[in-house]
Amino acid sequence: MTATTARRLNAIGLIITVITVFCAIIWAFPLYWAVVSSLKPEHEVVRPYIELWPETFTVSHYVFALTETEIGRWYVNSILTAIAVTVLTVSSSLFCGYAISQLNFPLRNVLWWLILASFMVPVQTLIVNHFELVAGLGLINTWSGIVLPQLIHPVIIIVYKQFFDGVPKDFREAAVMDNASEWRILTKVYIPMNWGVTTALSIVCFIWSWNSFLWPFLAVTKTDMMTITVGITQVNDAFGVYYARQLTAAVLAGLPVAMAYLIFQRRVTEAITLSAGIKG
Amino acid sequence: MMLRNRRNEALFALALVAPFVAIYGLVFVYPTIRLFMISLTDAPLIGDGNFVGFDNYARLPSDRRFGTAVWNTAYFVLITVVPGTLVAFAIALGVNRLAGRLQAAILALFFLPYILPVSVVYLLWDWTLNFQFGIAMYLFDMLGIARIPVFKSTAWFMPAVGIITIWWTAGFSILLFLAGLRTIPTEIYEAAALDNAGRWSTFRRITWPLMWPITALVLTIQLISQLKIFDQVYLFSVGGRPNDNVVLVYYVFQRAFQSDQGGRAAAVAVVLFVIVIVVSVLNFQLTRLSGGRDR
Repeated sequence: MTATTARRLNAIGLIITVITVFCAIIWAFPLYWAVVSSLKPEHEVVRPYIELWPETFTVSHYVFALTETEIGRWYVNSILTAIAVTVLTVSSSLFCGYAISQLNFPLRNVLWWLILASFMVPVQTLIVNHFELVAGLGLINTWSGIVLPQLIHPVIIIVYKQFFDGVPKDFREAAVMDNASEWRILTKVYIPMNWGVTTALSIVCFIWSWNSFLWPFLAVTKTDMMTITVGITQVNDAFGVYYARQLTAAVLAGLPVAMAYLIFQRRVTEAITLSAGIKG
Repeated sequence: MMLRNRRNEALFALALVAPFVAIYGLVFVYPTIRLFMISLTDAPLIGDGNFVGFDNYARLPSDRRFGTAVWNTAYFVLITVVPGTLVAFAIALGVNRLAGRLQAAILALFFLPYILPVSVVYLLWDWTLNFQFGIAMYLFDMLGIARIPVFKSTAWFMPAVGIITIWWTAGFSILLFLAGLRTIPTEIYEAAALDNAGRWSTFRRITWPLMWPITALVLTIQLISQLKIFDQVYLFSVGGRPNDNVVLVYYVFQRAFQSDQGGRAAAVAVVLFVIVIVVSVLNFQLTRLSGGRDR
């Protein structure tokens, strides 16, 4: 390769890098724009030209949202239901994945095939029947009602099974020889081995649940039982036609998951690639 | 002794699977069976109805709104799946060239939208494309294009929601492509460089063929998730023209929750159910035939 072609290739490389960085900034601009607008007074927000930086900073919309609206209550609903979904889904999937991978019991293969098959079923098509079920149990407008139909995440159990499959059989046999109880083998050997996966799956499960819209939207009709993702789109009169207030609500709803991602970036990435069936 | 151990093992295993099986039976197996049963009745949203055979299905072909829903869903799939995958692939190629902190920062900018709830995405873009004050409209003004009431116009609705969906979900596909790009050994590129291969032929002969399995995976995941679209279409339609923008899940919602016709809603749901299963199975068979990865 001659020196000139090498230099030309480098120049092209540099251009591609610049384009990538430029596109990233454009890509994230709507996020920036929402945050900035939420920090402007309403009269600045509706000025007929583009101002990338507020003339006067104000947190009054945040104060308003947190004190005058039901957002605080929606936060509580979102946090509690997302934690319940995460704990129930991850723990039941962990136990079941371990049993299918490591233990012998009747109908094991049937159960595994059922789980694999359910992976394909679109949960959205079950809304009518979920509503019938939850209404039948008298759980409309309750936390349990929001949680129940969200507990179907076959992908989590599939990831767990694959991980336990990767553990050599000698581990269990050695522990059985030592007369360790089944419960001890699970809690002292297998679960600690997988803390990384468990953390990663728990974080994304929490994010999925926080973000879910369709079911919480159907399961709740009273404003004080709404999750934040439903509330901010359903209760417009709480914010009036003030654009800055609506954007403030959006920022408040997105903040917890955005923070969770930025703090646990590596774990989130790991869990998402795992859930798509790519081994990390 | 051995026998007792084996029995203990089975009992312990059953205790471990019990919570999962109970949850699954209640919120998955039972509702799925009920879905098919109800679709054969004239049941309201809650409560039983009379058995009507396949009447609910028989009326679908002449149901105009069902036709609109099928068309819109197909249209949405068409404008999001392949374009979205290509955009994500291009971004992944760009991000993959970067290194260290710069790469992490740029990846975060592209990925952040994916982590946000749909309602935040809705409020953000409803604001950005606001007819009166949206920043996009100022851009239109500067470029001399007439302003468009994007979400109130039938022609613009689906393309706009499609672009927003690509913006929202690309982060996921980008991650998968990056994971794939990282598995290509650098030796191959070094060998290509020694052979004086240009940038384009390196991409066409090395990167693209090696990335094909991941591309197929991304396409499948995209296809299946876009068939099930509801949230964005519903949110952006409020105050607009929901009956023109209706997609399959939206139609299920309308029949069940707005017209109180559980049976007819279930029949529509079954159609979507079958489409998704057929697509999944076909894809599974295709990847197995082509010797690709299975999931």
